[in-house]
Amino acid sequence: MKIEILGLGCPKCKKLFQNAQQAVKELEIEAEIIKTEDLNKITEYGIIMTPALVIDNEVLNPGKILSVEEIKKAINSLTS
Amino acid sequence: MKRNLKFLVIIGGFLLLYFLPLESFRFRNPFFEALAMLNIYAREHVIFSLIPAFLIAGAIYQFMDQNTFLKYLGAKTNKALAYFVASASGSILTVCSCTILPLFSGIYKKGAGLGPAIAFLYSGPAINALAIILTARILGWQLGLARALGAMLFSVIIGLCMHFIFLSEEKERQANGEFQLGSIENKMNQRNGLQNILYFLSMIGFMVFANWAKPQTGDESLWSMIFQYKWYLAIGFVLLFIYILVYWFKKEEVIPWLESSWNFTQQIMPLLFLGIFFSGLLLGRPGEEGLIPSRFIASLVGGNSLGANFFASIVGAFMYFATCTEVLVLQGLIGSGMGQGPALALLLAGPALSLPNMLVIRSVIGTRKTFIYVTLVIIIATISGMVYGSLVQ
Repeated sequence: MKIEILGLGCPKCKKLFQNAQQAVKELEIEAEIIKTEDLNKITEYGIIMTPALVIDNEVLNPGKILSVEEIKKAINSLTS
Repeated sequence: MKRNLKFLVIIGGFLLLYFLPLESFRFRNPFFEALAMLNIYAREHVIFSLIPAFLIAGAIYQFMDQNTFLKYLGAKTNKALAYFVASASGSILTVCSCTILPLFSGIYKKGAGLGPAIAFLYSGPAINALAIILTARILGWQLGLARALGAMLFSVIIGLCMHFIFLSEEKERQANGEFQLGSIENKMNQRNGLQNILYFLSMIGFMVFANWAKPQTGDESLWSMIFQYKWYLAIGFVLLFIYILVYWFKKEEVIPWLESSWNFTQQIMPLLFLGIFFSGLLLGRPGEEGLIPSRFIASLVGGNSLGANFFASIVGAFMYFATCTEVLVLQGLIGSGMGQGPALALLLAGPALSLPNMLVIRSVIGTRKTFIYVTLVIIIATISGMVYGSLVQ
């Protein structure tokens, strides 16, 4: 599983990154978490509100800092 | 090598401390000024401006649905509407450039195109609620109003200029796909429109009346009548606010709102107070001197000459101001003799541009367009500074 955090490196993006790490840890799954700070790549996803969470190329709730619980739920619904 | 370096640092530190000119007034006074500035802010601005401003910013973030506005910046929108929305939507968005830049890039590549994207990029950082409140409170309502109106008007002008300069390129370039906004949820559906307006009004009303400026002596107008009763009015608005919170809001809504206000506070408060400290250290309180002599400031940006306005625009365009700190820097500069015109010029060029964000903009629209954009911003900021300066004198 590939989890991508889109954002230019503001506090909100860092928070989302931490939440994603925590969610992956709590679910005990194998996942690669990467940060994408290149604006042109972010736009390629069609995102205008950052931060955004991308799980296996699917963009979830752009502009929102999803909580650990919300990320866990999203991962579960995508994998099941 | 490393040991030599350490040794040099120690020697340097020793010499610095040994020759510290503690007795010198010119050395000691700026530190006094910096603390005095912090003291003034803590007394005059924290309770009646900063706290309400953060609560309002939090409320906008939590309860206003940004998507209802942003959807008008898509590729298929009527262009005139797109310009209007682009120039105004900064007021409901959050404050930092890491929000502005992805939006700019998205509008340019997957939305309404170059003109509206530029309009948004220019006005966004200048007209957010926090910036306008702080400008009006600290630099006076005239500058606050001039800044808000100037930013919106000129964003459209600059956007249109860019559109027509690069018309042929824009026609060839096809938008590839639309940006996506995510699920649109109606955050305000618990209350009707009037209730929502009253909710924002109660916060704004408190701030306006609590800060009602003292009229000149002998003034018998409505202004001084309001000043006499300002605390009754302010408390009235607080009571209205409490009533609204208790009867119209659910607990599940109030907590996220307070949380987002708290997030703004954490993000911006440290920057603000660092800004106040350094503004006090370098420039002193209004009328006093900091490290930089007042006559130096007055000779560079005093009065309302073309040179002063141009210089203020250039400095504003290249310098990086952390969110809202441009207001504090300007307070120091005006206190040291900067003219009103150059002050507006700096406000119009400052937050919209900085060297770091020029580089990001360049990576999105290329060197030529960035160069033209920066030039347009500087020219327009200079002209509007001169016009405003001659109006207020």
